[in-house]
Order: sequence, then C-alpha cells, then structure tokens
Amino acid sequence: MIHFPILRWGKPYKSLEVDKVVHFATGEPLAEVSQANPGLIKRDMRQAARAREALRRIPHKELLKMVGQAAEAFMEAELPAGDGTQTPDDFVKYQSATTGLPEAMCRANMEKLHFVLTRLEEILRSLTRGLDPEIFSRGYGEEDGVMRSYQATTPVLSMVLPSNSPGVHGLWLPVIPLQIGLVFKPGPQEPWTPYRMSEAFFQAGVPREAISLYPGGAEVGAAVLQNSPRTLIFGGKPTVDQYRGNPGVQVHGPGFSKILIGEDQVDQWRDHLDLMADSVLVNSGRSCISCSGIWVPRHGREIARALAERLAPVAPADPTDPEAKLAAFTVVEQAEAVNQMIEDQLGEEGVEEVTARYREGDRLVKQERCAYLRPTVLHCTSPEPSLANTEFMFPFVSVVECPQEKMLDQISETLVCTAISQDEQWRRQLLDCTHIDRLNLGPIPTIKLNWLQPHEGNLVDFLFRNRAFQVAG
Amino acid sequence: MSTDTMSKELESKAQAARRRLDQHVREMVEWHFTPETGCPFWLEWAGKAGWDPRKEIASFQDLGRFGDFQDEWLRGGPVERWIPKAYRGRPTFVFETGGTTGIPKTRVNIEDFRIDYELFSESLPEEHFPKGANWLMLGPSGPRRLRLAVEHLCQHRGGICFCVDLDPRWVIKLIKKGWHEHLQAYQEHVIDQAVTILSANHDIRCMFTTPKLLEALAMRLEDEGSSIREAGITGIFSGGTEFTPQWYRFASEELLDGVYMTPTYGNTLMGLAASKPFDPADEYKITYHAPQPRAVLRVVDLDDHDKDVGYGETGRVALTTLTKEFFMPRFLERDEGEREPPCEAYPWDGVSGVRPFRGFASSTTVGVY
Repeated sequence: MIHFPILRWGKPYKSLEVDKVVHFATGEPLAEVSQANPGLIKRDMRQAARAREALRRIPHKELLKMVGQAAEAFMEAELPAGDGTQTPDDFVKYQSATTGLPEAMCRANMEKLHFVLTRLEEILRSLTRGLDPEIFSRGYGEEDGVMRSYQATTPVLSMVLPSNSPGVHGLWLPVIPLQIGLVFKPGPQEPWTPYRMSEAFFQAGVPREAISLYPGGAEVGAAVLQNSPRTLIFGGKPTVDQYRGNPGVQVHGPGFSKILIGEDQVDQWRDHLDLMADSVLVNSGRSCISCSGIWVPRHGREIARALAERLAPVAPADPTDPEAKLAAFTVVEQAEAVNQMIEDQLGEEGVEEVTARYREGDRLVKQERCAYLRPTVLHCTSPEPSLANTEFMFPFVSVVECPQEKMLDQISETLVCTAISQDEQWRRQLLDCTHIDRLNLGPIPTIKLNWLQPHEGNLVDFLFRNRAFQVAG
Repeated sequence: MSTDTMSKELESKAQAARRRLDQHVREMVEWHFTPETGCPFWLEWAGKAGWDPRKEIASFQDLGRFGDFQDEWLRGGPVERWIPKAYRGRPTFVFETGGTTGIPKTRVNIEDFRIDYELFSESLPEEHFPKGANWLMLGPSGPRRLRLAVEHLCQHRGGICFCVDLDPRWVIKLIKKGWHEHLQAYQEHVIDQAVTILSANHDIRCMFTTPKLLEALAMRLEDEGSSIREAGITGIFSGGTEFTPQWYRFASEELLDGVYMTPTYGNTLMGLAASKPFDPADEYKITYHAPQPRAVLRVVDLDDHDKDVGYGETGRVALTTLTKEFFMPRFLERDEGEREPPCEAYPWDGVSGVRPFRGFASSTTVGVY
C-alpha cells in the first residue's frame, strides 16, 4: 500500500498518525496518508517566503515551460506517488476508487487539467488582462507609457481542497508561473491529484521548496487558513457564509447555477433540451457549475417531463464502464440524508417530482458500502417551494415557473447563469444583475468553462495588489 | 503484553499492587458506608440499595456491583451531600469539570488535590525539576483544581508559583461562534503574560502548561529569537487529552530545544495520572497510569462495562476514585483508548491513545487549551 508523506516545502515527513484511504465500494485500503498536526503547519508557514524566493529565481518564461512539461508528465508519465510510483491509468483507477467518480469522469478531469496547463500562457494573459508578466515578477514596470506596480499579497496560495471533485484543481494551476508557492490540504478521499501534480512539477524542475502538502482533519484545514495570507477553500453554504467578506479567503461553495429561458424563446424549449440535460448531468451534477434550476415563464411541466424522460433511466453502473454517468456517495448516510430531505420537502404545495413516473426503482440505491442517488427532476409551479432553489451533489434540477419580469429578483445567488433570450432589455438587466457571477448569454451549457475567463473571482486579483508606485530618475 | 510475557519481577509487583488495591477498596468502602464517616449521598444510596457494601465488597472486582456511576449525580446541589461526615467543618473546596453548557459536575475536595500532586511530585526527575525552583502555571484556573494543585506542587518542592489563567469555557464559546480572530487575540493575550513573566527575572525553571499553550509559547519565543530552554525552563509537565504521539514527537523534535517534558492525564474527579517514562522504542506512544490505589483506570468493552478489553485493544476509559474524600466507582469517562499492561514504574494497567470517546466526539468541543 502506498504511503503518502506530508510534504514540508518539498521534504517528505512521515507522521506518527496516518489515515487510510479506502475503496468506496469494497473498503479495501488503497493508500495510507500521513496526517499533519496544526503546529507543524504554523511552524512551516514561517518559511513561506522562501517558496516565492525560490520561484523568483526562475524567470517566468522558464516556469511556463516547466508547467508545460509538467502537463505531459501528469498525463503520460509513471510518477512517484508517496513511497511508490503511479502510472496515469493507476491514477485514474485509484481516484475513482476513493472518490466514487466513474473512471471516465476522472479521465475527463485529467484531460481538463492537462488542457489548462498547456494553455497557461493564454490563460495568464487573460487573467492579467494582458500585462507583461515581468511586472508581476519585478513588482513594477512601464507599459504603454504608464507605470504599473503589482505587489504579491502572499508568498504562497493555500488551499483546503474537497474530496469529491478533482476538477477544482483547474483553479490553482496558474499559480506557479506567477512565482507564488503552493500549500495544499487535500481532501481525505482525494490525495491523488495534489500529490501527482506536485510530482509532475518537481520532475519538470519546479523547486521542491515551493510546495507543501498537509493532509489531515478539520483542524489541519483551520491551521492552513489561519496561517496563510491567501487561501482558497471549498465547502457548503455555512462555510461560504462564515468566510464571506474575508479578504484573505476565496470561498468556493454551492453554485446554484441556473438556466433562464426568456418569454421570446421559451416556446422553442425543445431546441435546448440537450443543453439542459448536459448542464444537469455532466460530472454527475457534482460541480458548482452544474445546473440545479431551470427557470421558465411557461411550459415548465412539459420541460420537466421531457428532461425526466431523458434523465430518469440513468442508473448506477460499474465505475470502469465508459458510459457510467453517476458518481457514488462514499458515505451512505450522506445519500440517505439528502434523499430524506428531498422526500420531506416534496410534501410542499406546488412541487412534484416528475422523474418518479419515468424511473424504475427508487431514487436512492444503496449498496454495501456506498450509495447512489439517481437523477431527479422536479416541477415547481412557482419559486416558493424550498426545493425550487436547492442544490445537491447529484443530478438534481428544479424546473421553476416564474414570470420573466420576476426572475432576477427571485433567483438569488447564482454562480453560472445561462440566459436564453434575445430580449435586449432583459439582457441588459441580466448584465447588471449583481447576484449572477458568470453570465452566459445564449445557449451555452452551464458546465462549459472558458478558461480564459476568471472563475468565481480573478485569481490574479486575489494574489496581487495593484498599487501606486514611483521611482526617482 | 500478556501476563505470560511479563518478567517474573514485574508480575510479582503487579500481584502486590492488586492485593494492595483490594485492601484499599475494603478500607474505602468501610469508610464511606459507615454512618459516622461516610457522606450523605452514599449512605442514602446504600439505604435504598438493599445490600450492605461493607459486607459484600471484598475486592476491586466486586465494585461492579455498584453498576456505572451516573454523571448526573455530580451535577447540582446541595454539594454538601458529598462531604464525608468525618470531614464536616473542615475547609472545603469545590472544583468543577465540564459545564460548557448546563450545570457542571462538581467535586468537593479537602486535601486530595494536595495529596495527588505530592504523589506525582515523586515521579518528577530532580535533574529537570530541581527542588526549590520557581514554576509557571500556564493554564486554566477558575473553578478547576489545576491552579491550586500546581501551586501546591511547586510549594511542596520548595518553589514559588507564578500563574497565568486561561478560561476554557470562553475559548469554547469563541470556537462555537466562529470568532477566530477573537480566539487568536485571546491566545496572544495569554501568551503575552507568560512571556512577560518569563522575562522578569523570577528564575522560573519549571512549568505546567497545556499542549496548545506550550506550542504557542514556544513559537512566540522563537519569533523573538529565544526558546523554551533559553527562557530558563528545564522541565515541563503538560496535560490534555489532545496529547497525541505525533504532537509529542513534534514538540520534542521542533519546539522544546531539548527541554524535558512529561505528558499527564488528569481531571477533577481522578487526580493525576502520570505517563510511563519515555522509551524511544514506543515511538512517542503515551501511556498513562492512574495513581493507584487512590484511583484506577480501566479500559472497558463499549457494551459490557464489566469486561476489560484485552491488552492493546480499544475500549472506553472507566475511572474509579477511591479516597477518603471521594468514592466514585466506575465512572465512564468521555474518552476512549487502548489498554496497556503494567510497567516497572507503575505495575498496574495503563491506557494509551486517549482521545474523545467516539460516541461523544461529534458533539464535544475538545482540545481547547
């Protein structure tokens, strides 16, 4: 069994406390992960400046090249994995086995990360709005006759990562070429990506002292947050609420992502059925950019039925099946609780589960050590029922009937909004709507990412401060 | 280690300890269930029980007849019902445990805390805890016995004790409210006071503190270009259930600069359990042994509390306190751990890996100090 040590600025440290990562379906132990203690992190973080110093000794262009090489290594090479090694196929197999994601989704995530790493130059140009990277490295520089100065707000970016969605790793990949170090607190079931990506970076020449990895429990996550000037965290709504407004923390929580169809387009809803189904189902509905609400002024019932017909047959499959669409809940009780919550709230007036009549069997499918929740489509006659604006970690969507003129007041926080309408006045209102983060005007699936656009806040804005600067003579 | 693998000498010591414990049990039962000496609580209990413990309890094993001690019996007054009649009129302390929400458990105390710490004093190596040295007590005081007990330990060894308080109940509130900045500020406030005292030429050489405060103090001193050793400390005894082997190793390798530290496990109800002397072969495993026969720690089966688990196996920690001031048979602690065999220094069972009992872990805020 592989043992993953703590990485303290690249140096392996075997803890006296270990956590076993097990196969979600069989319980077979697959890896043993050293667990950090909070004091160790606090102590190490005093050396964080060295991570940036080490990276600043390497020109930005060199780092970009290294990242490109790392992309290939990540995809193709047999890389060190703790005290063993791992081929790309093993990586997919193990990641699937501990997170419950079908192997095909793990492979797709891997390709997504590879894509981001190989396009970093463009992505950085987009995130920095085309500024000369040397300005970030040197701290200042003149461009188009204007003095610009950017100061790093932190020597490292820390991350408290989730267990259920390896796709989130796409968010931090631009950091190394910005000469900022990395501190990871991996999710307990998903140590694979942070370790493999770190090893890919090391193999490409990124200095080991630029990266630390601290597996552990909640107290380790808290220590990472407490001791880092800038941290990305992932969690549910309570976590989002707790850190909202904290300038040192960028929180990635539920997305409540939606598709809105305007008065002028709703009669052609059939044209958009593929887009709606994909937005709900891709990545097993686990992403914050997965669609959990389809808001329409009319035809709600027909849309819900058509979607239900499409999604209801989707059932658990062997994770190695390339056609597997559903991810497992590795904690059975979690699936049971979600299922019960839905059942309880279905009693509210004006809400009906439409999938029930097209699905053979129950929504909840329990297996010996894991469970699945099969796709669920609701029809809500108004935005009133609780389930009209809810998000769960499986393909779940509410088709909500709401007059167009009331939609923007009712949808509340929305990470991704795909709005299908040619109504210029409404499009203007959508552009001005402050509780929509990413706006797709036109038939673009909510799950379609454009890596040249910032995702839930611009990473460069989070890591650098644009400031005034003057230099004499 | 089974009894088969114990050395003959250790087995003989363990047998002697068992005999001594049984004898002590008989004496304590006689004391607590005799109307002239016992406390109202137990005399009343025996009146309703329908059997006479003085006649029927002959050994530690027999204490099982009392069943599990009820947590609720210690919550709320009148606290006088716990004072043995023989001690009526003597200056009495009351110490609290728990009490984050609701009514805390209380225990009356007359001399026990002093006796417990005098016994513990015998386990402290002179080399690291020199007699006559001044001490710093950095930890919770308030309604707990800890401050008075540590101060007495220091005085008993001929020194003067300086104290800095930390209120764990306030810390728990800060954690529950998510007021992390306040938590940080409060910890800094406590450490500020400790650093000030250590820098004030009081020749402080020994210290009691909790793992978390020790960590914070060591890092603050390091920030200031100093260390625990350079601050003059030569010996530390530390306590808290969050005392994990990994933390012990981290502290030894990275915080203490060679200063001696001994882990302890204590509470208001028991007294103070010392740890088996450090053995590199144990990989920083911490094994606690109760101050037997005054208190006994067992590791019991989660379902059958009459049954001890096997050596190395996991169970719930059950505490029995047997002093003239306090009789508490088989109280189930909020901790679990692994049963450990007797050792040369403490020839009776111990417990290692002490951590919050899984049945309570999710609802308890632990490790606050």
